[in-house]
Amino acid sequence: MSNITRRDFVKLTAGATAVGMVGFPFIARGAGKKVVVIGGGAGGTIAAKYIRLADPSVEVTLVEQNPDYYTCFLSNEVLTGERTLDSLKFGYKNLASNHGIKVVPKEAIGIDPGAKKVSLAGGEKLSYDKLIVSPGVELKFDAIAGYSDKVIDKIPHAWKAGPQTTLLRKQLESVKDGGVIVISAPADPYRCPPGPYERASLMAHYLKTHNKSKCKIIIMDAKEKFSKQGLFQEGWTAMYGFGTPNSMIEWRPASAEGKVTKVDAATMTVTAGELDSVTKADLINIIPPQMAGKIAQVSGLTDDKGWCPVNKATFESTKAKDVYVIGDACSAAEMPKSAYAANSQAKVCAAAVVASLKGEEPPVPTYVNTCYSILGEDWGISVAGVYRLEGDIIKSVPNSGGISPAKAPAAMRKREVAYAHSWFKNIVHDMFD
Amino acid sequence: MMLRTMNSVLALAGGLLVSTAAWSAGPSGALLAGTCAGCHGTNGASVGPASPTIAGMTVDTFTESMKGFQKKAGDEGYRPATIMDRIAKGYTDDEIKAMAEYFAKQKFVRVQQPAVDAAKAKEGKKLHDDYCEKCHTDEGRKDEDGSSVLAGQWLQYLQFTAEDFHSGAREMPKKMKSRIEAMGREAGADGLDKVMHFYASQK
Repeated sequence: MSNITRRDFVKLTAGATAVGMVGFPFIARGAGKKVVVIGGGAGGTIAAKYIRLADPSVEVTLVEQNPDYYTCFLSNEVLTGERTLDSLKFGYKNLASNHGIKVVPKEAIGIDPGAKKVSLAGGEKLSYDKLIVSPGVELKFDAIAGYSDKVIDKIPHAWKAGPQTTLLRKQLESVKDGGVIVISAPADPYRCPPGPYERASLMAHYLKTHNKSKCKIIIMDAKEKFSKQGLFQEGWTAMYGFGTPNSMIEWRPASAEGKVTKVDAATMTVTAGELDSVTKADLINIIPPQMAGKIAQVSGLTDDKGWCPVNKATFESTKAKDVYVIGDACSAAEMPKSAYAANSQAKVCAAAVVASLKGEEPPVPTYVNTCYSILGEDWGISVAGVYRLEGDIIKSVPNSGGISPAKAPAAMRKREVAYAHSWFKNIVHDMFD
Repeated sequence: MMLRTMNSVLALAGGLLVSTAAWSAGPSGALLAGTCAGCHGTNGASVGPASPTIAGMTVDTFTESMKGFQKKAGDEGYRPATIMDRIAKGYTDDEIKAMAEYFAKQKFVRVQQPAVDAAKAKEGKKLHDDYCEKCHTDEGRKDEDGSSVLAGQWLQYLQFTAEDFHSGAREMPKKMKSRIEAMGREAGADGLDKVMHFYASQK
């Protein structure tokens, strides 16, 4: 008894209140409550839908300024011509018709946690009982000298799928045999950790299958190691001559003049490393460092690193009551910033929000990440993680998860491509239908 | 005074017992099952051709599969996998039970599969009647004794499974092995594939 701290006491009494309310049917606990979700991506769509699935009495409004969503995941397959940009395009109609979610096609520009209101561009305000913010990432254009949103038509980032993806595809098609391509990869954390390396792989695949094997793709990296590195290098060695003088892919870590500091769109040069090594390229793809989406920045939900700290059991912001942040924008270590992680976090958050609206305690969370990368024809690899909450860390369960085995048989690599494509179909169905 | 207040609150507080019990019981079946949806579809009804639908599986079949994924090659009941071995190892027996109970209550949704070849399915129907029907009853709709639901399952997944049985990567139950060998003698090596087309064609 004497071991009960003041904080425990508050928790206990809160629990008691919740249970005390059972048996008073005249108190309609969840009914008529309003949840607003900002952002219709991998996190926001799922949070909106799963709240409605769990409690149809909750009114859910999804605020998303874009009429269509283009998935970032699998967008590297657009570069090879394997799939069209249209195959990555999804709308919000079914979330409205199948789940009764009100979709507001406007930009959220402000949050007032005190008054519990979201301001929309145009002046309208939406009231909420609970707000879920899933804004994805904002690119830090000022991190690399010479790079800005003014030059992205010449030097694409293609880190948000859409016209930028199409542009990068066109530029890749116009590279001549023997051309040099530079991909600048940022330091951790950023959206889709294996993404830059999958991109290099599929660019090499395209070039190799279009008589342009003398091209070189240089990945200039701001870090010393990367996601699924051993598996990527194994695939590159098998398919693209990695490790030989004629390798189509070269990886330069930060310690080997890899960190890009400057880019010049006029001369098509990249400056990197402590010695300011200059590389001239035919195609430059800058993947800038990132931070939480703009609405999180302007609403005071971010920390000094630009990401949103949250309570990992509920994803409620530690900066604002009744405001939750999920997906790439939140700090959810050890989970990576991936679509699957956002999906998983959204479900934990949705359950916590529904419970809270009923005056109940949040349920015990459980989280998963699954992420596939495609390196070339019939060559897929994956990483998986099952997580539990331990203290304030979303911990990977010991002896579970991890990456595909090294030197796996070809049939297994091939199956992982099939599973990657099935993953895509199921995750977008989970989001949009 | 403080202590007395606390005591009386605790005496009233069924809440304490409920929340503690809830936490030690682990995540709910619904929340656990939600983590599968990205690959296996909302509520386990897959819309992707390689990931199987796991909705409507019996508790026993689901549990046996997950336990099989946790095993090492060579162990009895081992299931080969590309990724499920890594994922299954993240769950306790209680969590697997909670998931199994959740999925057993979900509806197996059957969809038109463009990859199904009607002619093969027709031949497969006959082979099914002759060789498989006894265990995979009702055109493979019933999940009995770990037979799993095959009717309307995704063709590509069924073909992967057949490959694994063929290669020996996945061990067949004795009776199934002798039946499939007999079918091979009658219908040739692609007999099993025809049966898979038949199951996948079921609405």
